[in-house]
Parts: sequence; structure tokens; C-alpha cells
Amino acid sequence: MTAARDASRQVQRKAAMAVLAHADAAAIAGHLGTIAVPAHENLREPENGIVMVRGRIGGDGAPFNLGEATVSRAAVRLASGVVGFGYTLGRDRQKARMIALCDALLQSDEFADAVEANVLAPLRSAMASERDRNAAETAATRVDFYTLVRGEG
Amino acid sequence: MTTVAELPAGFADKVLSAQSTFRSVMDAMARPGSVHRIAATSGTPAAMMRGTAAIALTLFDHDTPIWLDPLLSETSEIAKWLKFHTSAPVIGDSSICSFAVIGDAGALPALDCFSFGTSEYPDRSTTLILQIESLTEGPAFELQGPGIDGTAVLQGAIRPSDLFERLAVNAGLFPRGIDVVLVHDDTIVAIPRTTRLATKGG
Repeated sequence: MTAARDASRQVQRKAAMAVLAHADAAAIAGHLGTIAVPAHENLREPENGIVMVRGRIGGDGAPFNLGEATVSRAAVRLASGVVGFGYTLGRDRQKARMIALCDALLQSDEFADAVEANVLAPLRSAMASERDRNAAETAATRVDFYTLVRGEG
Repeated sequence: MTTVAELPAGFADKVLSAQSTFRSVMDAMARPGSVHRIAATSGTPAAMMRGTAAIALTLFDHDTPIWLDPLLSETSEIAKWLKFHTSAPVIGDSSICSFAVIGDAGALPALDCFSFGTSEYPDRSTTLILQIESLTEGPAFELQGPGIDGTAVLQGAIRPSDLFERLAVNAGLFPRGIDVVLVHDDTIVAIPRTTRLATKGG
């Protein structure tokens, strides 16, 4: 029972991370402002670092080091003891901190729904509409190619 | 759920706190026997002194294996804290550790349990961090060596009581040897491997 709940929570956190990592820092801050954030402290101060990005060509290619990417990370602890972690590409430390805060809130029963409804849902729909708009713009420039059958056959 | 309620926080200002702590340790090493204060504050796990915690957050990283004495490894709390904040490996084999953190200095194992470094790499020796009861009251020790003009007097409840007798092996080992940092609360005193005991007072 608890294991199943933990597993579903992991899935929820993963999905939230996918949204938050790609979202704009200002947008996260704006949406976070709409909920009453409980007292919290920085367990790990937001910091910048680099990670090695590894790549492989094809499914069976040997892994190689593609290059380094800047990441920011933070860990936030709520007064209740729940700890949230935030990682994001780039040097925006405040964004990493807000992601960690969202992660912590998502894990506390009290705030999970509020974060889901007030932060994640709007971000998700904004990202979806942006993607749709891009797709529509691309589709408008589509050119259909066809090959004339040459009279050899 | 990730609950690490008991895990104390690290430095509030990582860069400046680490810099000022590094400066304190460097000054202490340059002036053996003199008492230096560590101004930076951080969360501190139980059984660890403020100075020890600050030194750990400043000097430990993934390249420095750490050995904890039985008092500090009684619970996994300190190992977890070190792992989270410094990502330093906490190991069970004291002979290859870079730093040995000793909570109960009176029960310090024999020095040959630790690494003296090699002649090619004398810097790969173990640095002992000893937590002691006082750096102001107790027997006086007169020290001499590089960094000391004449002699320096160190007063404190130095444990183990035969610390300087044990450290006498440093004289024969040079350039290999063991460096010691004595910590009491937020004050530190360094005894690098070149420092010798001149006279021992009452």
C-alpha cells in the first residue's frame, strides 16, 4: 500500500520535474506566489556546477563525453521535515531553489494539490499551447514533395 | 517521502564561509600552537563541534576519504551529513584516509593506523582532527619549529595526554608525517608535522 503510494508519488515528482525544469523562472515564481508557502529553509544553498553530458550514437554505440553543461541545484526543507531537491540546466540559482521548494511541497499531503493545481497545471498548459503554436507555425510552411514517375518502366 | 528532518544545514553562505574557514586553518597551520577562531557558522550534527563542522564543509570533498572514530560513527547521522554536504566517502580503513575526525580524542588509535604519506607524495598523509575539551585551560606545552618565533605556549586539555610523545615520530619520518588540528568548539590550533615539543609544563 505504502509502496504503491510512494511509487505514484515518484511518478508525480518526475512529471513535475519535467515541467518545472523547462519552465521559465519568472513563471514559476508568479505561480508560486499564489499559494501560501509554509516556512522552509535551504538545506543546501543554491549552487552552480557542471555535469558531463554523455552521448552515444545509435542504440549500441560506445558512450562518449559530449561536453559539459552548467547546472544549478538546491535542496529545501520544510518545517515539517520534508526535503525537496531541485536541479536545472543553467545558472539560475533561484529557479533551482523554487523547483526544490515545489518538490518539497508536492511531497507534503497538505500542499500537493495546491501546487498541482496552481503551479504545475498552468505551466503545463502554457507549455502545451506553446508547443502547439510552434507545430502550427511549422505546419503552415509545409511543402509536399512528390516524385514524378519517369518513363523507364 | 524524503524526510531528512534531523539533517542539519550546511553553510548559509557557502563561498564566503568556506573562504574564511580556509583562511583560519591556513593561519593556524602557519602559526602552530596559536589559537584561531572560526567565524563561519553552519548546522552541526550532534557530537560534532562547530569548528569541526566548518572544517569538514571547507576541506572535505569527493577526493578525500574520511575516517570517523567509533564515537562519531556510533550513529549514521554524521556520515550522512558528510555525504550530503561534502560528498566525501566515509571509509572504514583508517590507513588510507585523508582526514580522520576524532570525537573522543582520549581514545585516539595508535598513529601508525593512519597514513604517513609517501616520500614521493608526503601530502597524502592523514590529517587528524581532534575534538578536545578546552584550548584555554589545562597543562601548558611549549612548542617550537617553523612558524614559531622562539617558542609558543599552548595551553589546553590536550587529549590524548601523550599526544606530543606520539607525534615525536614525525621527526624521524620527515617529509612524511601526521598533521593535527585540535578543535574546541569554534577555536582551532594546528600542530603541523614540523612542530616539536620543547618543554612540557604542569
